Amino acid sequence: MKQPLLEIENLHANVAGNEILRGVDLTVNAGEVHAVMGPNGSGKSTLAHVLAGRPGYTVTAGSVRYKGQDLLAMAPEIRAREGVFLAFQYPVEIPGVSNVYFLKAAVNAVRKHRGLPEYDAIEFLALVKQKAKIVEIDEDLVKRPVNEGFSGGEKKRNEIFQMALLDPSLAILDETDSGLDIDALRVVAGGVNQLRSPERSMIVVTHYQRLLNYIVPDFLHVLVEGRVVLSGGKELALELEDKGYAWLEKEPPAVAAVR
Amino acid sequence: MQTADPTPRSDSASVLELTEREYKAGFVTDIESETIPVGLSEDVIRIISAKKNEPEWMLAWRLKAYRHWLTMKEPTWQNVHYPPIDYQSIAYYSAPKTRKDGPKSLEEVDPKLLETYEKLGIPLRERAKLAGVAVDAVFDSVSVATTFRGELEKVGVLFCSFSEAVQKHPELVKKYLGSVVPYSDNYFAALNSAVFSDGSFCFIPKGVRCPMELSTYFRINSANTGQFERTLIVAEEGAYVSYLEGCTAPIRDENQLHAAVVELIALDDAEIKYSTVQNWYPGDKDGKGGIYNFVTKRGACRGRSSKISWTQVETGSAITWKYPSCILQGDNSVGEFYSVAVTNNRQQADTGTKMIHIGKNTKSTIVSKGISAGRGQNTYRGMVKILGKADGARNYSQCDSLLIGDQCGAHTFPYIEVNNSTAQMEHEASTSKIGEDQVFYFQQRGISPEEAVNMIVNGFCKVVFKELPMEFAVEAQKLLGVSLEGSVG
Repeated sequence: MKQPLLEIENLHANVAGNEILRGVDLTVNAGEVHAVMGPNGSGKSTLAHVLAGRPGYTVTAGSVRYKGQDLLAMAPEIRAREGVFLAFQYPVEIPGVSNVYFLKAAVNAVRKHRGLPEYDAIEFLALVKQKAKIVEIDEDLVKRPVNEGFSGGEKKRNEIFQMALLDPSLAILDETDSGLDIDALRVVAGGVNQLRSPERSMIVVTHYQRLLNYIVPDFLHVLVEGRVVLSGGKELALELEDKGYAWLEKEPPAVAAVR
Repeated sequence: MQTADPTPRSDSASVLELTEREYKAGFVTDIESETIPVGLSEDVIRIISAKKNEPEWMLAWRLKAYRHWLTMKEPTWQNVHYPPIDYQSIAYYSAPKTRKDGPKSLEEVDPKLLETYEKLGIPLRERAKLAGVAVDAVFDSVSVATTFRGELEKVGVLFCSFSEAVQKHPELVKKYLGSVVPYSDNYFAALNSAVFSDGSFCFIPKGVRCPMELSTYFRINSANTGQFERTLIVAEEGAYVSYLEGCTAPIRDENQLHAAVVELIALDDAEIKYSTVQNWYPGDKDGKGGIYNFVTKRGACRGRSSKISWTQVETGSAITWKYPSCILQGDNSVGEFYSVAVTNNRQQADTGTKMIHIGKNTKSTIVSKGISAGRGQNTYRGMVKILGKADGARNYSQCDSLLIGDQCGAHTFPYIEVNNSTAQMEHEASTSKIGEDQVFYFQQRGISPEEAVNMIVNGFCKVVFKELPMEFAVEAQKLLGVSLEGSVG
């Protein structure tokens, strides 16, 4: 049997002294798309940030293996270079640093880590032109400072554009649908779908079923109070849409049925 | 490093690691030097003057300055803190020991000295030729070698040490010395006027465009020595010169005093561009040692349509106190001030500019970028003064502060005084902070925290670096990287 790309076992994590993750188990194989849903405060975004190594999140127990290695022992930039990509829910603005300059540094840091030659300016611009089409990103946005003055939709497009450039093995999309109108959602989801491949796994974190009409997952997990209480196929999303999360919060989590 | 390890990391905790940095110019050159005993008195001034074989008028000027200094009090208005300076414990003159008359050519310069400059990457000898930079190097108190003199003389440009100018061009020195910064100007300028030991002199005659960048390199080597140099640059009608100044000092536990004076004079249609990259030893991370950099720099746009432009990148010194200023006397004259000041660890900087508009349609631009990290304190202090007759005067000021971590400080004191109703003034200011979330965003894209800070800081300073001559701009960028090394964990 082949090795899973990502194995999360009994993961516990604190934020500012509060336990948010209380024993998460999740396995993702290469090429699979997993959706993680759950009510507010259930730990969805925390899980995304812990995987990316955000400061301020403290792992207290459990393990995460990525490509057979201890992911938690790696610095955030090493995780990124190893192919872990997080599309942020709230991408931060970086005044004074142009998007293209930032991305060139990022792509070359990743390439260097993988033993590939770094791109020069001309090669990189050609790559930018090609990848910009995936999310229909305006070339003007590429030249502007990173995320500065971008609309909500532009920021999300920029995240997926970056994902296209960085070519990750594991992409974690943190509420990529939040704040998007239906047209923007269609473009962003379309971009994500173009990036689906047997070599790339995704974890799609979302509060609403809506996104999953566009990005259809292979598996779906429901997170409640820091634990996966229910796992299933894509049809589970529709059931959640009907019933909401409340019934899961009341039931004892141990009986989670796998469909 | 940042991993999801069991240690909680607060915003300040990881940014705190900002401190570890290495000062790369911190070596001491083992060279025999002649230093007169510590202390200050009229006798000391007479000794300095005698050692330099100065004419009577020069000594008289020094003594006048000294007597005036005795009546003055050290200023306390600036936003920096340091223990009182004992002016009697400083040596006011130190010279590398050489043959009696000093070196006549590079071949006569002590090879150890040349080695020092080589280590610092200063282009003396052939490297000078390649770089096309004429260098006057001041080691402790004495100017050691001036390269490219011959080529400059061909076009009539005089570029030599200040002492030599006193001997060879006394009429020019007499005419301009103290005409922009009088000996009575302020406490440190008065002290400098009394004890200044050397410096650079540069004269660009009418209509001449100086064919190369001129450069001075200052280095403090000896312990317990103050460095008091004077620079005087005169650009006659229609002349142009671009002048670069760089500075370093060895690592020492004691504080050393550097009190320089720079005077610039631009006549009709003349332009002087003065760029500084200051990298004096800043002290260690606990604030021990480092240079006290108390400098008076001022330029007079005397002529019509003249222009003086100051660009400074201040990364070193324990304390920086300097306000390169412009007196815009000639109608249509232009003054500019572009500044990047970095304070890390325990460094303190109180720096800015004064733009005094006297002539009609005079124009000034101020762009100040302050970066504070560690426990650094960074103050911008600027004054724009429009006098009654300065019809149509314009000023644009922009003061931006960037904070790294939460234990540093940024302060802005802009003073504006307008006495003419036709003046146009614009002032913009901003303060921002490199946040943990910004650094994490870079990291999540594979970029190390150090590189992240570098990229953000360079983006912040871009408009100022653009004003520096090319090779200096590259140098400045690197220096900034070193200055902020380890600023984010």
